[in-house]
Amino acid sequence: MFSSRLRAAAWKAAAVVGYAVQYGCIAHCTLEYAADFIVCSGPSMEPTIHTQDILITEKFSVMLKTVDVGDVVIARSPTNPNIFICKRVAGMEGDKVCLNPGSFIKKYRWVPRGHVWLVGDNMANSSDSRVYGAVPYALLRSKVVFKVWPPGDSGSLRGPPQEMLQVLRTLKDTGGSGAR
Amino acid sequence: MQAARRYFKSFASGFVVAVPVTVTFLDYVGYVARVEGASMQPFLNPEDRSFNDVVLLNRWSVRNFKVNRGDVVSLASPRDPEQRIIKRVIALEGDTVRHTFKMPGTRTYKNRYVRVPSGHFWVEGDNFRHSLDSNFFGPVSVGLVHARASHILWPPQRWQRIEPSLPTDRRPLDQETIDHLEEQGAVTVPKT
Repeated sequence: MFSSRLRAAAWKAAAVVGYAVQYGCIAHCTLEYAADFIVCSGPSMEPTIHTQDILITEKFSVMLKTVDVGDVVIARSPTNPNIFICKRVAGMEGDKVCLNPGSFIKKYRWVPRGHVWLVGDNMANSSDSRVYGAVPYALLRSKVVFKVWPPGDSGSLRGPPQEMLQVLRTLKDTGGSGAR
Repeated sequence: MQAARRYFKSFASGFVVAVPVTVTFLDYVGYVARVEGASMQPFLNPEDRSFNDVVLLNRWSVRNFKVNRGDVVSLASPRDPEQRIIKRVIALEGDTVRHTFKMPGTRTYKNRYVRVPSGHFWVEGDNFRHSLDSNFFGPVSVGLVHARASHILWPPQRWQRIEPSLPTDRRPLDQETIDHLEEQGAVTVPKT
């Protein structure tokens, strides 16, 4: 009598574990291959993104290689693989980017094959490709599509600031018209 | 009719379970892959064999991006994000590495010695002549590492555990030599 109840309980426990594993794996696959919530911290993307803003990001653009100049992306930091950075793509492989648009004597760099050039919207206060060089494309993780928090500032992201349009001379004015 | 519907229902529900669980397993634990190319000869794909080695790639051991000198790792190529390359880790961040110039016109550093920047490492194929590695594209971000090759699984005669080991001429330099080189200004420190 007792042992059969114990066995029934054991089977139930196994079922619970089974469901937990199954839904855990589905969650992993969704967050890894479809979409993700991200909380950002740091000033480097102001005024587009502030600390404690919550963003929705998607992985398809990175996987299908449809990421382009003007997109805001999340990537693994090239100088510390355990942290992530959130920056705007200012150049793709083969583009010529300007390191110092504000200066009189401008310096340029070609973005090498397999790499992208990332710049933070808050160009005065951002450690990005101008510091650590072009970032290998394989470090990119996802593209930011939507801000869900704070509610007053939510929706799709703003376009790149004026200053950044000069980083890449052919940077198209993305998201500026009507999105905000 | 009923049996067919039941069959398809159980097939679909099995599918919904199996795919995410398998994918999660491959992502977190590891998988098996065939080694292409000659860049790790004679250790992998030695010349006297007509078919390629199959290795076990361990994803779990690199989940925190901790690699050791002498490990054989699989990483995303910095030149082509869709390509995976398999190389040996020669130096870690902070190490000073002797840079072997191979062809003129490749990306070269001013000095023969390079300091590996933080968050990066230096990888080389065992086959000096046929390897596109850090000697060509410089130090590589550790974030690109994908898995550690832990065993050779096939062919059966070559079954073995892969132990970290450095070629004798690629051992780390001792501190005295490094200090001496730094004094001479012979070490390039990349701008990261």
